[in-house]
Amino acid sequence: MLFETVKLALRSVRRNALRSFLTLLGIVIGVAAVIAMITIGSGTTEKVKGDISKLGSNLLVVRPGRPPIPGSGPEPVVRQLDEKDVNALVRHLEGARAVAPASQKTVRIVYGTESLAASVTGTDNGYFVARDWKIVSGREFSESELRGGAAICIIGSTVRQQFFGSGDPEGSSIRVGRVSCRVIGLLESKGFSGFGQDQDNLVVMPLKTFQRRIGGNRDIQNIYVSAEDGTPTSELQSRIEDVLRDARRIPPDRDDDFGVRDMTQIADAMTSATTAMTGMLGALAGVSLLVGGIGIMNIMLVSVTERTREIGIRLAIGAHERHILVQFLVEATVLSLLGGLIGIAIGLTLAGIASIVLQIPFVPSLLVILLAVGFSALIGMVFGFFPALRGARLDPIEALRRE
Amino acid sequence: MEEPLISFRDVWKIYGEGEARVNALAGIDLSIDRGEFVAIMGPSGSGKSTAMNIIGCLDTPSSGFYRFGGVDAGNLDRDRRALLRNLYIGFVFQGYNLLPRTTAAENVELPLIYRGIASAERRERAMLALAQVGLKGRERHTPAELSGGQQQRVAIARAIASRPTLLVADEPTGNLDTARSHEIMGLLTDLNDKLGLTIIMVTHEADVAAYARRTVSFLDGRVASDLTNLEAA
Repeated sequence: MLFETVKLALRSVRRNALRSFLTLLGIVIGVAAVIAMITIGSGTTEKVKGDISKLGSNLLVVRPGRPPIPGSGPEPVVRQLDEKDVNALVRHLEGARAVAPASQKTVRIVYGTESLAASVTGTDNGYFVARDWKIVSGREFSESELRGGAAICIIGSTVRQQFFGSGDPEGSSIRVGRVSCRVIGLLESKGFSGFGQDQDNLVVMPLKTFQRRIGGNRDIQNIYVSAEDGTPTSELQSRIEDVLRDARRIPPDRDDDFGVRDMTQIADAMTSATTAMTGMLGALAGVSLLVGGIGIMNIMLVSVTERTREIGIRLAIGAHERHILVQFLVEATVLSLLGGLIGIAIGLTLAGIASIVLQIPFVPSLLVILLAVGFSALIGMVFGFFPALRGARLDPIEALRRE
Repeated sequence: MEEPLISFRDVWKIYGEGEARVNALAGIDLSIDRGEFVAIMGPSGSGKSTAMNIIGCLDTPSSGFYRFGGVDAGNLDRDRRALLRNLYIGFVFQGYNLLPRTTAAENVELPLIYRGIASAERRERAMLALAQVGLKGRERHTPAELSGGQQQRVAIARAIASRPTLLVADEPTGNLDTARSHEIMGLLTDLNDKLGLTIIMVTHEADVAAYARRTVSFLDGRVASDLTNLEAA
């Protein structure tokens, strides 16, 4: 019986092809919008998560100066971080897997006739641990190189690509600013960050070398600290504050003159922001689904009115109220389900295109697809119910009299 | 003695209230036996359509008793009456009332669908019914592709496909020319003869009524005359 009804409904949908298509359009657009928004949104969340894990896992960043408070006027003179602070952290901080001082500057790099602007970082071997960089060929800095400020460097894959193509860069000398540096290693590629930066366009050298020959001072811009597994970053953060207040001899009644940023917190905040955004976009798209549902109700009412005579005939020859009810309900459900399926196809296609254009992962969610199917069927039933009931309640005598 | 198929006992049908009150049926007593072929005549407003609606279990009396095949059909709810119609009553209307853009065979199958008969048997019964009304070879035609007479034959096939006890025909020849009218009446007479089908038919044409064995005339909600047609019998 149900099978018959579904067949009947499909036939009726086919018979009024244009009208059915226009009715479907509302649901198609609604479902496509929901699917596309949520799929793109989840892709973005994945991307952000990936980017942040590329910054280094369990990473804390120490910077000089208090975190700026918006609207508090010009920043006071900043007391820089120095070697003493780094040494204090290395010696007294518990629960840290790596502590790495680092300073950065964007500098022009030249090799032969080629040149490019790249970010140059002066640091030590802890940097590779803290920032989760792997050296794919060559070696780390040696102790003596670090202490002596040797003119050596490890390059990122963009720099290698630019100067050496796929050739071996090791042993070649490149000019970094005014310094000629020997390449001793190559970093693995991390690709673009979520902010559109090429993370592989970098050169890493010993901190001493950087301070003397590029920075021109003994400042340390950041200290990267990564937490050991099992040490919560929030706890490590307060330990870092204790050690540094001691090392920098800050009286108890004064505020910190440095700031510790917890990258995990930033990661969580950003992930929850994109998740919230996805939800919001999905909800907005859901509104268009509702509009599509009202379209279904409208057309089903028209259909019931138009087919009053048909309903009369069916009732006269022995259809029960529930047969008529089921017939129109199934028709509305088939209609919106069909719209839902087309919508899913279009939505996934749009999300697929967007993921290529925006360079985000394509993460279709089976749950969302099933929900969309279920929801569009539900919309058909809910918005089809009232018109169907109206049809089923018709008086067969009246209905037969109608032309 | 066997109980008559149709039995009206003091049946009233009243529309409206107070000043606007209309007695469509004003105390009808009527019996029709199985196998009869009855024509119901009368001017418009005489109550014949109302009586037909009650006979066909589409409507119920305001008061009095209507028994159909021994069942108190006047006091059944909508769905029970639908079941009664589906199992025992076939309908033929003046305007044919076929589903448009639906083939003759599918139209004939319709009452069988509501009875829950499997599709193979449905098909077989529809083909048989269409052959009985002389439409073999037209099974796949839609109403738009058939003449008025042929459409009425499809409607008759639909009415008899469910093998009913009673055929209710409301002005079955009203939309047809004389030649087609006589063909259809010949067919109905045939069904009455060969299948023993009880037929009750509303008409206002005397030559159509002449095919029936009995003519009941209505006037002002009452039975004005009830005559056996000696010529047809």
